[in-house]
Amino acid sequence: MSNDSTKFTRLPATAAEREEEGRATREAVLEFWEERFGVPPETFDDHTFWERGAGKLWVYRGTPPSPVDVEGLGMTFLRTRQEHWKPTLEAVQRFGEHATKNVIHLEESEARAFVAGHGQELDWDGDWGYLIVTHDLAGRREPVGVGLYVYGELRSQVPKGRRRDLDD
Amino acid sequence: MELPDRYRPIVDDFEAFRAACERPLPSVVRVNTIKASVADVRAALDEADIAAEPVDWNERVLVLPDAPPGNNWPYFHGWIHGQEEVSAVPATVLDPQPGERVWDACAAPGSKTTQVAALMDDRGAVVATDNNLGRISALRSNSERLGATSVAVTHEDARNHSVKPFGGATYDRALVDVPCSCEGTIRKNPDAFDDWSLSHVEGVAGVQKGILARAVQATDPGGTVVYSTCTFAPEENEAVLDHVLAAEDCELVDYDLPLTHRPGVTEWQGEEFDPSVRTAKRIYPHHNDTGGFFCAKLEVTG
Repeated sequence: MSNDSTKFTRLPATAAEREEEGRATREAVLEFWEERFGVPPETFDDHTFWERGAGKLWVYRGTPPSPVDVEGLGMTFLRTRQEHWKPTLEAVQRFGEHATKNVIHLEESEARAFVAGHGQELDWDGDWGYLIVTHDLAGRREPVGVGLYVYGELRSQVPKGRRRDLDD
Repeated sequence: MELPDRYRPIVDDFEAFRAACERPLPSVVRVNTIKASVADVRAALDEADIAAEPVDWNERVLVLPDAPPGNNWPYFHGWIHGQEEVSAVPATVLDPQPGERVWDACAAPGSKTTQVAALMDDRGAVVATDNNLGRISALRSNSERLGATSVAVTHEDARNHSVKPFGGATYDRALVDVPCSCEGTIRKNPDAFDDWSLSHVEGVAGVQKGILARAVQATDPGGTVVYSTCTFAPEENEAVLDHVLAAEDCELVDYDLPLTHRPGVTEWQGEEFDPSVRTAKRIYPHHNDTGGFFCAKLEVTG
């Protein structure tokens, strides 16, 4: 099975079933969410993972025969090309409520700056790297997106097209 | 004859109709239940001091009298989506159930696609087709912002829709919200009447017939197809239904619509249509203070 960049290829379950060295597996994706964010693997029991283009993973609620030649399959989910895997904002908003670690909670003004795309110097005792950013909305802690915490700074990873200066 | 006068014979209280066409529409949003409940959204809008009133036929559709829908927390989180009130009608008529397979034949920019996915609790399969890559980009970003993981997007002419990418699986239901002359969007697009021509209406009607026919073919016997437009032109509404009723294995079925409406017209400019087109519903701007709309429900029989 080739890694055709225009088609969605379903991730193999484990490395033993993998035909191409270095490609992500379902097992590795579940491990990533659990180890990094504490998201239980069963969160994704109804979902399948697909790759289109090197290291660009999608999450889909269905099991069509692989490969699938379409324009979109569910939503973009995870980037695995670099050493540190990076969840998408969409994945964090959809599944981040299950996260129990590497979650940084922001005050209202900080959350607004984050959504506008600004970096901020913030205290954080945990690991450096990609964090799930939350804020209070309608009485609950709601995941907003992904931040990169390094050198005392939380760098907003909100994609340019999603950044907003929210109304006061 | 010029718009809107060509509809004088079929619209009651024509002067009220004409006056309504000249008034702007209020901002309306749909609550995206994939990500939040109606109570969550009302609390979040309240926190942002944005007034919101549900429409009386659907608690998930909220009128925002004072605010544009797009620059607040609930929008950023994909809890709400700007969607005109009548545009929320066809997905409710389609009534998709969790776990089903649904085809959205003309999907971009995805308001109805994501509404279908939400009505299915994001369980099942929604295949969303469009023929324009630029509009597909909008469809994809709306679908992702709203958190729909059951939506797959295909780029093709809906008249030739292929079920091959998904192993040949056909559909339980299909939503056919076709490209049209958009006369009913006059309150949102004040120039909607300016570009009107009969030749465009006749041309687009041919496309509409082809798409509706394909949807009937791709839907299983006993399945439901909903046909909708945002135009008043019988050429694009009842005449399309009349054509497909004769050509494909399907029949029109009646349904409840809790908005003031009028039945489909059985006669237009000397042409007569199958009497069952009366089960289709015409929604006029002056009856519910909305845009104009047309919606019909069909059952596939063979």
